Amino acid sequence: MSSQLFTPKHNTLARLTLLLFVGGAAGTLGLLDLIHRSPYVRYTKVRREQPVPFSHKHHVNMGIDCRYCHTSVEKSSFANIPPTQTCMNCHNIMWKESDMLEPVRESWRTGKSLEWTRVHDLPDFVYFNHSIHVNNGIGCATCHGRVDQMPLTWREEPLFMKWCLECHRDPAEFVRPDDKIYDMAYDPQELSREEREALVDAYGIDTSNHRMTNCSICHR
Amino acid sequence: MTTSRSPLMMTAALLFLLGTGCKPLFDIRKAMYDQPKFEPLEKTDFFGDSRSARPLIEGTVAQGQLRLNSHLYEGVELIDGDYRSAQTYPFEITMEDLERGQEMYNIHCSVCHGLSGHGNGMVVQRGYAKAPGFHRDALRQAPPGYFYGVIMNGFGKNMMPYYHQIPVEDRWRIIAYIKTLQRSQFAQVEDLEAVDALAPAEAVEHESPEHAHEHH
Ligand code: HEC
Ligand code: HEC
Ligand code: HEC
Ligand code: HEC
Ligand code: HEC
Ligand code: HEC
Repeated sequence: MSSQLFTPKHNTLARLTLLLFVGGAAGTLGLLDLIHRSPYVRYTKVRREQPVPFSHKHHVNMGIDCRYCHTSVEKSSFANIPPTQTCMNCHNIMWKESDMLEPVRESWRTGKSLEWTRVHDLPDFVYFNHSIHVNNGIGCATCHGRVDQMPLTWREEPLFMKWCLECHRDPAEFVRPDDKIYDMAYDPQELSREEREALVDAYGIDTSNHRMTNCSICHR
Repeated sequence: MTTSRSPLMMTAALLFLLGTGCKPLFDIRKAMYDQPKFEPLEKTDFFGDSRSARPLIEGTVAQGQLRLNSHLYEGVELIDGDYRSAQTYPFEITMEDLERGQEMYNIHCSVCHGLSGHGNGMVVQRGYAKAPGFHRDALRQAPPGYFYGVIMNGFGKNMMPYYHQIPVEDRWRIIAYIKTLQRSQFAQVEDLEAVDALAPAEAVEHESPEHAHEHH
């Protein structure tokens, strides 16, 4: 044996180490990405705890329209969360003594806002606009799922970019008539493809030149 | 000895560097996700009440929010030198206005007052205080401004104000629709030709009573 430090055996070792590094790094990144996309991190279909256990299931099935509470959804980019005053319209009488509603009454007495946990939250570098969607034939249920069956609100979709793009490439798969936007049970597939394409034209949705997948409409 | 340990040490050191080196990377990414700007209703730690959107200081008027038109905003008109409930609408009511009024009535009022205004809405059926029907004589005579007052101030012990959830113009459209509902409950044959009683005169197209009839 010579006094050489590195023997041919070390060549393999070095290659192996390199491979391990590259593979390990790629693996770690891949794993991180998987975690990042998992329903666990995305809270997909996870019921969120709220200061008051507000149930859409109860309230929507009673016949209350989304716009009774989310008043700005058809006019502005943002769908507002109702102020305490809206709850007090009914809970000044209904379930007046219930402990469950004490935070609502406290907020009403003190003027301090209820702090609802956000269920959906896009990154701040994405621009989203409710009124554009709601006025162009996209129903709440297409994006938010059957809110009328949620005892506590959850997020139906993980809100990946590819999800936005899937529809922006071909809105004709998802559009519905104007009077069905707030209808939770309606299924856009009730209409034929031709009828939906006619709707896209009627709404004046312009998908030419990849306009709707242009980066700058969402990343402004 | 040294030769066999060094790759191990190197790996450990590199992993350590990778780990700590990534943290700023993650931080930068997070900073893009949650930027210092405030989205609507976003919480802040700066103000005691946690609201990032600040309430108006009393006595100030935001641009475009000056409300001099007391007919439109307060529902009163100067009648015989006195401010009284407006007898007319502050703008012409068209067929579109009535349709919008119907939509808004169904959203905001029907849950208690019922789709046809008999006071038997879903929430009342679940035990809320009985909401009055709109087809009593006194209410049939009441001018639009009276209803506007109820929307602004609430009524009696049990009805809360509704101005905070209904834009100004829509309040008037709701009232025009309630007036149509009232007529529809007592509709005479000649009403189908003459809807002019709906103030302001002539503004409403002649299909309106039929339109209201859809709701029985
Ligand atoms: C009685 C009032 C009320 C009605 C009616 C109502 N909501 Fe809500 N909504 C709320 C409140 C309060 C919250 C916040 C608490 C929560 O997330 O559950 C909320 C939250 C939401 C959220 C999640 C917001 C977030 O944090 O990202 C969605 C989505 C939503 N509502 C959709 C709807 C849809 C669709 C309808 C109609 C089918 C509807 N809501 C009807 C009161 C209401
Ligand atoms: C239009 C009337 C109305 C409004 C507005 C309203 N509620 Fe209710 N709420 C009811 C009624 C009626 C019930 C009883 C449900 C039943 O009988 O099934 C109820 C029940 C509840 C309950 C407890 C019962 C349960 O099992 O879920 C909670 C909590 C509640 N509401 C919270 C809220 C909050 C928070 C708001 C404001 C965002 C709100 N409500 C707005 C009518 C209303
Ligand atoms: C095209 C998909 C889409 C449709 C249609 C849609 N939403 Fe949303 N909604 C979203 C997204 C995405 C967010 C998260 C926005 C953000 O974080 O900036 C959101 C957030 C919300 C919120 C939380 C407040 C906010 O604006 O961030 C409420 C409440 C809400 N939606 C209610 C509704 C209601 C009610 C309807 C139907 C009238 C509706 N949405 C229709 C995608 C949609
Ligand atoms: C189910 C279908 C659907 C989904 C999902 C959807 N969109 Fe849209 N979006 C549309 C339609 C339809 C339009 C209207 C296009 C028009 O008429 O110009 C639109 C328009 C827009 C516009 C305005 C474009 C313009 O003309 O300026 C923005 C911004 C936008 N969407 C962002 C998003 C984002 C961000 C998401 C994902 C979080 C998303 N959309 C998900 C269907 C969808
Ligand atoms: C219809 C809306 C829409 C369009 C068009 C769009 N994006 Fe996005 N983009 C999004 C949304 C939503 C997210 C956030 C996804 C998430 O939270 O994982 C996003 C995230 C990203 C991110 C950040 C990824 C991350 O995880 O940090 C990059 C980079 C990006 N988009 C680049 C682009 C480029 C480049 C284009 C044009 C080819 C484009 N986007 C077009 C909606 C859009
Ligand atoms: C949560 C249930 C509820 C809702 C929603 C509601 N009201 Fe009422 N309303 C009542 C009750 C209860 C009374 C009787 C109050 C009393 O006598 O203490 C009343 C009284 C009235 C009166 C007075 C009738 C009279 O005898 O002079 C008018 C007018 C009225 N409401 C109009 C409306 C309009 C317009 C809307 C929609 C914007 C509306 N209400 C929504 C419950 C409601």
